[in-house]
Amino acid sequence: MNGFDSNELILLIPEIFVLATACLILVIDLFLSEQHRNVTFYLTQLSLFFTFLLTLELPSDTVLYAFNSSFILDTMAIVLKCAVYVVTAGAFCYARPYLKQIDLHKGEFYVLGLFAMLGMMVLISANHLLVLYLGLELMSLSLYTLVALNRDSAQSTEAAMKYFVLGAIASGMLLYGISILYGISGSLDIPLVADSVTHSLFDRIVLLFALSFIVVGVAFKLGAVPFHMWVPDVYQGAPTAVTVFVGSAPKIAAFAMAMRLLVGTLGDLHAEWQGMLIVLAVLSLGLGNVVAIAQSNIKRMLAYSTIGHIGFILMGVLSGTAAGFSAAMFYSIVYALMTLGAFGVVILMSRAGFEAENLDDYKGLNEKHPWFAFMMLVFMFSLAGVPPLVGFHAKLAVLRAVLEVDLVWLAIVAVLFSVVGAFYYLRIIKLMYFDSAESELLIDKPLDMKVALSLNGLLVLGLGIMPGVLMGWCFSAFA
Amino acid sequence: MQYIYLSIVLFSLIGAIIVGLGCSRLSRVAAHSIAITGVAIAFVLSLFVLFNVTLQHAPVYNGSVYQWASLGGLSLEIGFLIDGLTALMITVVSFISLLVHIYTIGYMRDDPGYNRFFSYISMFTFAMLMLVMSNNFLQLFFGWEAVGLASYLLIGFWFKRPTATAAGLKAFLINRVGDFGFILGIAAIFAVSGSLDYQTVFQQAPVIAELNVVGLGDGSGSMLTLICIFLFIGAMGKSAQVPLHIWLPDSMEGPTPISALIHAATMVTAGVFMVARMSPLFEYSETALSFILVIGALTALLMGMVGIVQHDIKRVIAYSTLSQLGYMVVALGASAYSAAIFHLMTHAFFKALLFLAAGSVIIALHHEQDMRRMGGLRKLMPVTYWTCLIGALALIGFPGLSGFYSKDMIIEVVGHSKLWGAGVAEFCVVVGVFVTALYTFRMIFLTFHGQPRFDAHTAAQIKESPHVVTIPLILLAIPSVLVGALTVKPLLFGDLLRNALVVFNIHNTLLKAHPEFHGVISYTFHSLQSPALYLAAAGVFTAWWLYIKQPQWPAKIKTALLPLHHILRRKYWVDEIYQNGIAAGSRALADRLWRFGDAFIIDGIIINGSARLITRGADRLRNVQSGYLFHYAFAMIVGLLLLLGWMYLR
Repeated sequence: MNGFDSNELILLIPEIFVLATACLILVIDLFLSEQHRNVTFYLTQLSLFFTFLLTLELPSDTVLYAFNSSFILDTMAIVLKCAVYVVTAGAFCYARPYLKQIDLHKGEFYVLGLFAMLGMMVLISANHLLVLYLGLELMSLSLYTLVALNRDSAQSTEAAMKYFVLGAIASGMLLYGISILYGISGSLDIPLVADSVTHSLFDRIVLLFALSFIVVGVAFKLGAVPFHMWVPDVYQGAPTAVTVFVGSAPKIAAFAMAMRLLVGTLGDLHAEWQGMLIVLAVLSLGLGNVVAIAQSNIKRMLAYSTIGHIGFILMGVLSGTAAGFSAAMFYSIVYALMTLGAFGVVILMSRAGFEAENLDDYKGLNEKHPWFAFMMLVFMFSLAGVPPLVGFHAKLAVLRAVLEVDLVWLAIVAVLFSVVGAFYYLRIIKLMYFDSAESELLIDKPLDMKVALSLNGLLVLGLGIMPGVLMGWCFSAFA
Repeated sequence: MQYIYLSIVLFSLIGAIIVGLGCSRLSRVAAHSIAITGVAIAFVLSLFVLFNVTLQHAPVYNGSVYQWASLGGLSLEIGFLIDGLTALMITVVSFISLLVHIYTIGYMRDDPGYNRFFSYISMFTFAMLMLVMSNNFLQLFFGWEAVGLASYLLIGFWFKRPTATAAGLKAFLINRVGDFGFILGIAAIFAVSGSLDYQTVFQQAPVIAELNVVGLGDGSGSMLTLICIFLFIGAMGKSAQVPLHIWLPDSMEGPTPISALIHAATMVTAGVFMVARMSPLFEYSETALSFILVIGALTALLMGMVGIVQHDIKRVIAYSTLSQLGYMVVALGASAYSAAIFHLMTHAFFKALLFLAAGSVIIALHHEQDMRRMGGLRKLMPVTYWTCLIGALALIGFPGLSGFYSKDMIIEVVGHSKLWGAGVAEFCVVVGVFVTALYTFRMIFLTFHGQPRFDAHTAAQIKESPHVVTIPLILLAIPSVLVGALTVKPLLFGDLLRNALVVFNIHNTLLKAHPEFHGVISYTFHSLQSPALYLAAAGVFTAWWLYIKQPQWPAKIKTALLPLHHILRRKYWVDEIYQNGIAAGSRALADRLWRFGDAFIIDGIIINGSARLITRGADRLRNVQSGYLFHYAFAMIVGLLLLLGWMYLR
């Protein structure tokens, strides 16, 4: 252990700030009465805003370490963290009116959300396997609790229970894999572990077992087939306000986890984990896109669509090139934005006593609310990968990366399943634009949510027309 | 000079655009003033250009005005080639167009589509001028298609009549066949020469003539012959040669000024013009020339015979046009390109005159076109009668009139041609003279002579047409009489067309027919001895005998020669063959392809089949998601074990 340099704390300013404000908000919320609950919301948003500014202040051109290099701050970390803030802020915006209408507007939601986000930040910046595990658990435990937020609902608690038990199994497997690595290298520092993996004197099979356990842990967090079973049940069972959060920001963190573990730690075993990820990616693409067709519940449908998109993110990672990593990074950020918007529309359409969960609830949306129907159209087209929306560029970048490493058949499979997937996205558009409304389709959401949703849609549209900026950041992360 | 050439085409385009866009806002007077001004400027400038080329002996102008695009080594340009041929063509086109514009004021007076009509004919004039002034194949093709478009729009001008829209469609479709050949020819030219510029291609003609077609037959077919025949197929469509002629009679559904301008004087002669322009290529291929000779001869005779049995006055003139186009094509086949252009010009005047005169009769009789309900109009419409008679005499080749010189020359040159098929051609054109005289004077006698066959109520209303109609008739009658005698020397024996046309000595039938030219008068007397004149006289006499002297005879002859009459009335069943053979056959083939290829394989198996497969798979797979926690955990363990097993076994 070297001496502790207090200057290194500067690099952790955003994390420290989030932790402090989360605790502060927890205390303040105790003294707020029910009708002043909005104060908690505004404080949370304010803290997110300042965290964002603080993160921008950090030097982004060099790689910096803190705490005996157990904490890393590179371009990827900064870009991903900023994306997480934006997505989290959007999710909170959409969640507030929904929670109010189901009488669940509690301070815990925001505090737990902030802690989950802190977990993601730690996970993203982890350069030490234990730190990584710490961040993962902080995120996961907060998410389990969030899913069970509506504790009187049998469905929510059941979903939380499944999530927790399966998550615990996955964590156990991950820890087991990490412990094997510790046994091999005698260290948990990611660079040291990576070094000893390269020069390992042990039987290679031990490394491969460790790799298998770690891949399972990563695949579970991402929700790749066959470790995806929790995804549909949790997405459907959780209150929609929680689903919008669970479905978006954690995917960005899970991507970072895959990068730190597979590329950072086990990069030397690329040939092996490439094969595994190919299997997982093909299964995810196939199962996610095919089963989504058979769904009549939009939350479940989006859950299966998530599984399909995870297949694409895996494809970017498995290519093992800088172009592939940046494409996967671009994809995960863009995916979080699109899912956020799609669930946002679901929340927008819901009212007290009415969950706009069924596909038929979207019939004739264009007649009543053409602007929001258009927003949904943007999200659906983007998820389906139709140019000029950003989802198209994301798919294109991943496919290019895969083609560069001569996995032509994989690209063809991905495109074919994207075509299959286009069906259920287009079905929503067809319902909105070509069918007539069966119910009144009232929208009673506050202005800030409408504005946020519109900005979300315009962002997806704008990034589609000018993907260069975000793409440039993603490239510089692996330059 | 370049600006003058540009102005010639642009003024009619500007007129077309202003009148076309301002269709509903412009008054009728404003519309026709603008359109007529545009064309009048084009005519005056064309006259100036012609004057420059003939009397001032201006050198050939060949330059590009504007580059549209550059693709690899291919430059797509708008350019002009101004020589004697072009100067003559633009003068004829703009003159007839101008008179038709004026005539239209009277003819279309009560039509609600008045402004639209002016816009279309100005657009047509622009396209036709672009076609004849072009210095490259691409612009030629664009002009070619644009005049086709104008023709389509104007045939179907009265778009509420089903027959008119059907006729427009027919013209368009039949022209597609010709244009397909045309564009293949242009593509072949580009393939072998790498250029679309006339001069470049013509200079390479001797080289191209040596090339053989690879991959077709035994490989000994001449490339140039193939190109020339493809190009001529284009001309067959546009100039309505057998067997692509069937659209022209139906095009008479359009308003009469259009029949005069487009379907008699200008557009249909574009094919003749094109072959003459391409004479540096055609001269190398005797096969193509023979082909042209035979097609033209068949058209000249067969279509003229159909004209004898028509009752519609416009259709008689339409079949006459077909027949005369056949004469021009025969001249091309005999390498007497200048004779073809000469006949093109004289025909443009007298045929436009005949159409406009017929139109004058038609408006006087309130759009009655059936000659069986006419007769005795000579006294009621003297101007129309006399001008029409001049046109008819010019058509049959009355000595001294324009048609006399041009047609007589064609018959002579065919006699001197040594190409395969020249004998048949000579027979056809000589017999054609008799046929022409017969149907022409049948029309004159039925329309203007004999007893009136319309009711008294109509008779009381008939009066001579207004001045806007009769003045163009008179203005056309003058060149119909004079232009032949005046231009026979410069056109056929002078050097007006010498720069534009290439004729090999071995093919030079014109020179063989008239080794020396001793002036118009001697030439006229020389021609008086030819049999054609007496055949024409016989034709007129027959018409007079049958329709004035013994009007009951035609019915008897009809009964006696019923099979022949039937063949002619059915127009050799060409329409029926196309309709029931080609059209029905391709529809049946398309139907099969649609049923098997589209509906069964693509829709049935590929689209719906895969969709069914996916749906079924989705239904199966969703059942895997049982909702039981231990199932989920089991799946994860199995997944882990499979990964471990894989790693262990590799």
